Amino acid sequence: MNRIKISKEEVAYVAHLARLSFGEEETRKFTSQLNDILLYMDKLNEVDTTGVEPVTHAIARENAFREDDVAASLPVEASLANAPEARAGCFQVPRVIE
Amino acid sequence: MELYELTIHELSDRLRAGEITSAEIVSSVFGRIDAVEKDVRAYITLMRETALAEAAEAGEKIRKGEGGPLAGIPVALKDIFCTKGVRTTCGSRILENFIPPYDATVVEKLRSAGAVFTGKTNMDEFAMGSSTENSFFGATRNPWDIERIPGGSSGGSAAAVTAGECIAAFGSDTGGSIRQPASLCGVVGMKPTYGRVSRYGLIAFASSLDQIGPFTKDVEDCAIVMNVIAGYDPRESTSVPQEVPDYRSFLGRDIKGWRVGIPKEYFIDGIDPEVEAAIRKAIRVVEGAGAKSVEISLPHTDYCVAVYYIVAPAEASSNLARYDGVKYGFRAGEARDLLEMYKKTRSAGFGAEVKRRIMIGTYALSSGYYDAYYRKASQVRGLIKRDFDEAFKNCDVILTPTSPTPAFRLGERTDDPLQMYLSDIFTISANLAGIPGISVPCGYTTGGLPIGVQFLAGHFQEGRLLQAASAYEKHARIDKRRPSL
Repeated sequence: MNRIKISKEEVAYVAHLARLSFGEEETRKFTSQLNDILLYMDKLNEVDTTGVEPVTHAIARENAFREDDVAASLPVEASLANAPEARAGCFQVPRVIE
Repeated sequence: MELYELTIHELSDRLRAGEITSAEIVSSVFGRIDAVEKDVRAYITLMRETALAEAAEAGEKIRKGEGGPLAGIPVALKDIFCTKGVRTTCGSRILENFIPPYDATVVEKLRSAGAVFTGKTNMDEFAMGSSTENSFFGATRNPWDIERIPGGSSGGSAAAVTAGECIAAFGSDTGGSIRQPASLCGVVGMKPTYGRVSRYGLIAFASSLDQIGPFTKDVEDCAIVMNVIAGYDPRESTSVPQEVPDYRSFLGRDIKGWRVGIPKEYFIDGIDPEVEAAIRKAIRVVEGAGAKSVEISLPHTDYCVAVYYIVAPAEASSNLARYDGVKYGFRAGEARDLLEMYKKTRSAGFGAEVKRRIMIGTYALSSGYYDAYYRKASQVRGLIKRDFDEAFKNCDVILTPTSPTPAFRLGERTDDPLQMYLSDIFTISANLAGIPGISVPCGYTTGGLPIGVQFLAGHFQEGRLLQAASAYEKHARIDKRRPSL
């Protein structure tokens, strides 16, 4: 059985997808721990799931529609109150385009 | 007996009889906090000043005969519920200074029932953990032995109730985060059916599994607070528009002739012998109360942990994408561009366990692995749910241990995530199937650590759970010990 589920390079790639970055030591530790966890997950392959519908919510609900009524929303100042940086009624972020 | 030692129903009776005031209860509770909090560390934020004002207000209402069902009762909130104007951290550096602009629905409901808020309790960061050691603000201690963990992730709420630092508390349970700490701290803890309590204003971890519930000193208090928090909320599209019964009406009813299912898969190698003995004794207690125990099978039990640790991280990786240093919370400085700001912020703002789960979840959802992990896990989840549907055709409630061991030592499992995950082995299945569960104290180890028994029932059968738990509590007559802090 393959004991290597995930390489250091894959860990670095998944970290990028998740918008995380790790140092060398952290990457090594996560690779080893994720490998152990993913090996444990292999036990699911013992289960025959042919024709079994995936369940993503235990209580099936129909779409929860409501009337499209206008209601009060948060004022701009309250929405921006927790922002690390805000200016002119907007969230301020570092440069996006070169 | 000090006021902080009493239950909601005992205090309410005395409040309404005019023998005591809410201000006296609040002073008693804060006096207790001042005496023991340095050892227990149950709270992240205390709300002392507003609590005194709320107590005065409640006193006024009680005098006029207008007080709600929790009028003047000091309760604590896990720091995962948004509280308007009061810092809400979720145990994370990334929300260290977050001040919500609104209250969670549960907070609104408790407020209108007259509850007094003592503060926000400690928790594993983003509710990811089983020991409350993963908090950015440091670990909470088990009041029964401060060298041990209180369980988690709602460990602060469980410890606060046990230690008398509040009268009741609220938490969230995604894989056992109410029931496991309730068991390890010797209090009653309930996870209601998925959709029974609105999650609006609950900071999301795994949205298809998260559910809010109470920690109380006895089963009657659990019924009292469930009456307050249960119900449909138009602001929360997964809350279920189903009538809420009066949960108190299930108390004190007998369980003669009930069939209590004992799943054979829950008595495994690795279960602590003292826990197993206490559970076997609990089975004899329900039999003594007139119920019949029947062996049942939940064949996919062994796969619950693997399913959970794919589904929950997958949902978490998506839910936690919102912490990007833009709209609220922590932002790391000195970034050349937006992408670097995201990465620096999230890498510095999240702790190791949260990053580990975001990584597992992102991997399980990523192109090429989705079918092998997320889809496969969701299919096995369907089989786990079907196991319960089948089991409840043959029994009224199911009885199991809540946790395979009593409280373990601080640091004992922090270096081995998989070992930590296995602490939730008996509680996870209820979240995957969406069914309600309750943990009730059922004894102590020879070392004096509490042990809990779990009852499970079908969807929206909280009443049945409370009936079983209250009958068990009455017949078991577990001695009321108090931790010596």
